[in-house]
Amino acid sequence: MMAKNEGRFVGALGRYRLLIAGATLVTLVTLFGLVGQLFVPIEMSEVGAGRPAKPPSAEHWLGTDQQGRDVLADLIYGTPTSLEIGVIAGVFGVTIGALVGLIAGYAGGFIDEVIKIIVDILLTIPSLMILIIVASMLGAVSVEAMALIIAALAWMLPARAVRAQVLTIRERMYVQVARFNGASNLRIILGELLPNLLPYLAANLVGAISGGILASVGLSTLGLGPMTRPSLGLTFYWAITYGALIRQMWWWFLPPIVIIVVLFLGLFMMSQGLDRIANPRLQSKA
Amino acid sequence: MTIGYVARRIGIFFLIVITAVTLNFFIPRLRSTNPIQSRMNQLAAQGGVYENQIQELIKIYNQKFGFDQPLWRQYLNYWRDLINLDLGVSVAFYPQTARDMIARSAPWTIGLLIVSTLIAFVLGTLLGALMAWPRTSRIATALSPLFMTLSAIPYYLVGMLFIYLIAMRWRLLPVGGAYTAGVNLTLSWPMALDIGRHAILPAASIVLSSIGSWGLGMRAMMTSTLGEDYLHMAEAKGLKPKTIFFDYALRNALLPQVTSLAISLAMVMSGAVLVEVIFGYPGVGNLLFKAIAGNDYFVIQGISLFIILSIGVVLLALDLLYPLIDPRIKYRQG
Repeated sequence: MMAKNEGRFVGALGRYRLLIAGATLVTLVTLFGLVGQLFVPIEMSEVGAGRPAKPPSAEHWLGTDQQGRDVLADLIYGTPTSLEIGVIAGVFGVTIGALVGLIAGYAGGFIDEVIKIIVDILLTIPSLMILIIVASMLGAVSVEAMALIIAALAWMLPARAVRAQVLTIRERMYVQVARFNGASNLRIILGELLPNLLPYLAANLVGAISGGILASVGLSTLGLGPMTRPSLGLTFYWAITYGALIRQMWWWFLPPIVIIVVLFLGLFMMSQGLDRIANPRLQSKA
Repeated sequence: MTIGYVARRIGIFFLIVITAVTLNFFIPRLRSTNPIQSRMNQLAAQGGVYENQIQELIKIYNQKFGFDQPLWRQYLNYWRDLINLDLGVSVAFYPQTARDMIARSAPWTIGLLIVSTLIAFVLGTLLGALMAWPRTSRIATALSPLFMTLSAIPYYLVGMLFIYLIAMRWRLLPVGGAYTAGVNLTLSWPMALDIGRHAILPAASIVLSSIGSWGLGMRAMMTSTLGEDYLHMAEAKGLKPKTIFFDYALRNALLPQVTSLAISLAMVMSGAVLVEVIFGYPGVGNLLFKAIAGNDYFVIQGISLFIILSIGVVLLALDLLYPLIDPRIKYRQG
């Protein structure tokens, strides 16, 4: 039913509607952090900025936490941290994954078989567990270190998706023609395969960023993230540690939940939207 | 099901085990300093553990790590201990062993996960199938955006909302734990009811936020199944829509869902860890949280190994069962 309406009323824009709506939500969350920092000094997000555990007031719009941090300031400075980790992890993860997938799909044979087994095995191991071992061993990690650790475990899904795509594109006519014309492997990969993979890579990038944020927030919530810079996960960690739920301090734990919901919803809509663009067949049926 | 297929799957299972154990062995050794010694000193500085106990612990740990021995020797020792199910002792709760602590909490996690994953799988699959079905009711179409939205939210955040609203505000269900505190665990109906009441909220947060992803997968499978000739044939024969839906479309689209059950297991597990923390549910996730807070090194390692291995076992079981469910597929290569 939805597909029919889309076709009639929104036309070409309909294809991009989900993507645009998702991107808008993600932009909102990003702007919240970036613009907010112009108005709220970072000192407000530090311990003892106000009287502890006070509900929202004119002075502290979202109240203060158990250690006197201004919750609004904590979120304004914490949201970009979580985004940063997600973006770094996503970009590195997808780049590595695309390379591995290209090599596996293009080379085929033994190399492909080995890569496939490695990817299959690593996919079944919950990366959170490996991240927990690494993070608990390293002690206090920096934001960048955390992003790279997450990236090291974020390349498998993109690799698998790219490999599958390469396998189908490789046999298409235009690639065969390029090959008969004597194009080198590198040229075929860069000139013929990569441009056709871009929509898939974009969808995978959004997925990987979303996964990176999820992992970083999860790790920080467990108390394994950077402790010196505010982040969404760290806010949850303190809220859980100080029993914010039991004390009904809703101003402390509800706002970060709202931010995460908006953010993940936006990323989810973006990846669904990109998926539709990458597989136009899905749209008419869904 | 050929012998080659079985051998291949078992081979992959052992590769998972070897990878997990090797990672568990090498990651801590990437640090140049002795992690245990420094943690012990930290602990001693905080007080609470007696001096002679600390010395004893350090001795046990050094023995375990065997830093004086060559690396390959340490690696072999690590395997020997694992095969003997020796996961080391807890620092925070000395002299309890990591194995006993995990064994005590594992049943809670396994129970919670089996129940919630099954419910989410059934409901999500049904929802996805209904979404792809052309003659579907309005309710399914109206509900789907809600579940899609929920699927984008981490489980434990849904759990936090549940605690705040249902447990704290409306006081309908218990806030946390697996049973009423102070009660002795016995095998009786009131006790079962109590455990059930405590499990509703944690289970519901996993179910609600994972229904959507099952639905998405099923919708895609169902869409491609709907184009099949045998469905047109069934319709031409004048079969009831209900029969076509359940016996023809749903059944055939369902099989690949079992495969995605295997793939998403790792994700469900990671999500459940945090759900347990939020609810103070006495499973391995909560144990892990406490172990991290207390720098309880061997418990952390033991839990991650336990989780990776359990997932490996379930995957192996699913892989071996799958060809039995779907006789159409002949396996030679995965």
